[in-house]
Amino acid sequence: MGLLDKKFSNSNVIITSLDDLLNWSRLSSMWPLQFGLACCAIEMMATGASHYDLDRFGIFFRATPRQTDVMIVSGTVTLKMAERIRTLYDQMAEPRYVLSMGSCATCGGPYWEHGYHVLKGVDRVVPVDVYVPGCPPRPEALLEGILKLQEKIRSESMAKKTA
Amino acid sequence: MTHQEISELLKQRFPDAILEIKTTNVIDPFVKVSQPMWKEIALFLRNDPAMQFDFLMCLSGVDYGKGALGVVYNIYSMTQKHKVNVKIDVPADSPEIPSVADVWPTANWHEREAYDLIGIRFSGHPDPRRILMPYDWEGHPLRKDYQVPEFYHGMKVKY
Amino acid sequence: MTEILANPLLTSTGRQLRREEVIVNVGPQHPATHGVLRLEAVLDGEIVVDVIPHIGYLHRCFEKHAESMTNYQQVVPYVDRMDYCAAMNMDFGYVLAVEKLLGITVPERVEYIRVIMAELQRIASHLIAAGTYGLDIGAWTPFLYMFRERERILDLFEMTCGARLLYNYMWVGGVSHDLPPGFVDKAKDFCSYFRPKVKEYNDLLSFNDIFVRRTANVGVLPAKTAIAYGCSGPVLRGSGVNFDIRRDDPYSVYNRFEWEPQIGRGERGTTGDCWDRYMVRIREMEQSINIVEQALNQIPGGNVSSAIPKRIRPNPGDVYVRTESARGELGFYIVSDGSGSPYRVKGRSPCFSNLSVIPEISRGCMVADLIAIAGSLDIVLGEVDR
Repeated sequence: MGLLDKKFSNSNVIITSLDDLLNWSRLSSMWPLQFGLACCAIEMMATGASHYDLDRFGIFFRATPRQTDVMIVSGTVTLKMAERIRTLYDQMAEPRYVLSMGSCATCGGPYWEHGYHVLKGVDRVVPVDVYVPGCPPRPEALLEGILKLQEKIRSESMAKKTA
Repeated sequence: MTHQEISELLKQRFPDAILEIKTTNVIDPFVKVSQPMWKEIALFLRNDPAMQFDFLMCLSGVDYGKGALGVVYNIYSMTQKHKVNVKIDVPADSPEIPSVADVWPTANWHEREAYDLIGIRFSGHPDPRRILMPYDWEGHPLRKDYQVPEFYHGMKVKY
Repeated sequence: MTEILANPLLTSTGRQLRREEVIVNVGPQHPATHGVLRLEAVLDGEIVVDVIPHIGYLHRCFEKHAESMTNYQQVVPYVDRMDYCAAMNMDFGYVLAVEKLLGITVPERVEYIRVIMAELQRIASHLIAAGTYGLDIGAWTPFLYMFRERERILDLFEMTCGARLLYNYMWVGGVSHDLPPGFVDKAKDFCSYFRPKVKEYNDLLSFNDIFVRRTANVGVLPAKTAIAYGCSGPVLRGSGVNFDIRRDDPYSVYNRFEWEPQIGRGERGTTGDCWDRYMVRIREMEQSINIVEQALNQIPGGNVSSAIPKRIRPNPGDVYVRTESARGELGFYIVSDGSGSPYRVKGRSPCFSNLSVIPEISRGCMVADLIAIAGSLDIVLGEVDR
C-alpha cells in the first residue's frame, strides 16, 4: 500500500471505491487473538458460542498474534502480564486494532483503589481503539463494541495514516 | 478425637513446645506452638497412628501488627476425620519458621505465597521464590505498613 | 513411551544424533491454558522432562481489597471474581464463613435457595470445564452444545438476580433477591431438559475413541499423592478417594438430599488418569440435577432477608470454613479484630493446590499430553492467583 497512497494523496473516485473495498474486507473478517485473561474471557467465549454467534461477523479466533487483526483484551491486566501484552501487540501485523473489554481493561475496574499489582487500564501499555464497559459486559455489549470497531474501520482511508 | 484430646496428646509428647491451648470460648480451637520444634511436631502429627493428619487444608500468613507476624495451619485427617489448628507467632524483624514442605507437599506453594505476601521465611524450603508477585518485586504487599510503589518497569501503578 | 526412548537416533548412514534439552514456554498467552498460566516445559524432543508452572499473571490483590473494605458485605463481589466460572459457590463459601464468625443462622428458605443456586452453578461450571477440555483435545462440537445448555442456566440466574456471570447474590445472612415467580417451574423444566443431554455428551465426547485414547492412562495421579498435595474435588475423587465435603463435613442442608459422590474407577485406563477426572465431572452433573430437583420439591416459604444483619461486627477471633466448590475444597480463613471490616481474609482456593501437582504427574509424557493434563485439572487462574 506504500506506493498507492503516495500516488493518490487527494481523494478521487478510484481511491473511494478502493478504500471501501479494503475497509469492507477488513471489517468483515476481523480475526481476534484467542487471548482471555479473566472473567470477561468467559463472556467472550459465550459470545463466540452458538447463542450469540460471532462467526456470522466473520470473526474467527486465532491462536497466534502473527495472524490476527484485533486483540480483545478481556480481563484484568496485571503488571506482570502487561509486558507480555505489549509483546503480543508488537507481534501483530498492521493494520491492528485493540478492543478493551470490560472495566478492568478500561480503567482497572473494581481493583482500582487498592490493587497494587493491577494496571489501571490497558491503554497504559497499548493504544486502544474501542472500550466496552461492563463487569463483565453482556455478549450483546461486546457485539456492540465490535460493531463500533467495524464502523471505525469503515471510515478509514488509505490517504490518512493509521497508528 | 476432639481438639482438646489432640492438644493434650501434643502437650504430653512435646511439653516445652506447646505454648497455649485454647478450646473454650472460641469458634475454632487452636494450639499455639513455638517455632523451633515445629518440624518434629508436624512429622508426629502426620505419622502417629492416633493422629494421621495427612491433609493440610490451609496455611495462612497473618500480619498481626505491632511487629508480630504469624502462620496458621489448618490440618485434617482423611482417615480419622478430625481437625487441628496450629498457630505459630514470630517477630517481624526475624520471621523464620521451619518449612513443612516435605511433610505435606501442599505446603510448598502455600509457604511460597506466605513468603511472597507477608515476608515470612521458611528455612529448608526447596524453592524459596516468590510465587504471585513478579520475581523482582520489592516488599511484601499484605503487610499492614506496605507502601505501594509509584512505578514498576515504567508503568504507573496507582490509579 | 519406552520404545521411543530405547531407539537410538541413527541416520541412514549409522551416525548417532546428539540429544539436547530445550525449554518451551506454554503460555501465558496460549489457546489451551485456560487463562494466563505459564508452564515452563523442559523438553527432550517431544517428551516432557520437567514442568515448572509460573502463576501470578492474574494476581488481583483480593486479600488486600478484603482488608480495605468497610463492610463484610462489600467483599462478596471480590469473592465472585475469584473463580468466575463458579461464582455462586464462591459466594456460598465466604458467607458461610462470616456467618460462622458471627454465630447467626439463616432461614430455611435461604438455605434451600443457596443449595439450588450452588448446584446449578456447579453444573454450569462443569459444562465450561468439559466443553473447553474437549476444545483442548480438538473437539469443537461438544463445546458449542455445552454452552447452549449453560445459556439456559444463565437465564435462570438472570431471572433471579439480573447478572449472568458475577452475581453478588448471596449476602451475609441471606440472599439479595428472593426467587421470582415462575422460577420453580422453569428450573424443573430445565432439569427434565438437561437429563438426556448428559447422554448426548457421553455419545459425542466421553466414549469417543479418539478422546479416550488421548486421555486414558495419561497423567495418572495416585491417591496418596493427591492427598499429600492437597488436591480436592474432581481431581481427588478421580483418583479413587471417596471424599466429598458436602457429605463428609456437611454444611447447609446437604444432608437432607439423596445423592452420591462420584469417584473414578479406572474404567478406561488407570484409576486417576485424565479420563477419570473428566468423567467424574460429567457424572457429578447428573447428581447435581438430582439435588436441584429434590430441593425444588422441598423448598419452604419465608422471608429471605430477615436475618441479614444491619451492622456486621463480629467478636475478635478467627474461623476456617470449607465448602465444596465446583473445583474442590474452597476454604476461607477470616480473622476479625472486632471492627466492621475484616482484618485478614485468606481464600484457600482448590485450584492452587490442584495446579501444584502438575510437575509430579507430567514427567515423561509428551507435549500433547501436557495439554490434556492441564485441561483435566480444570484450573481457573482467577482463583489460583486471587
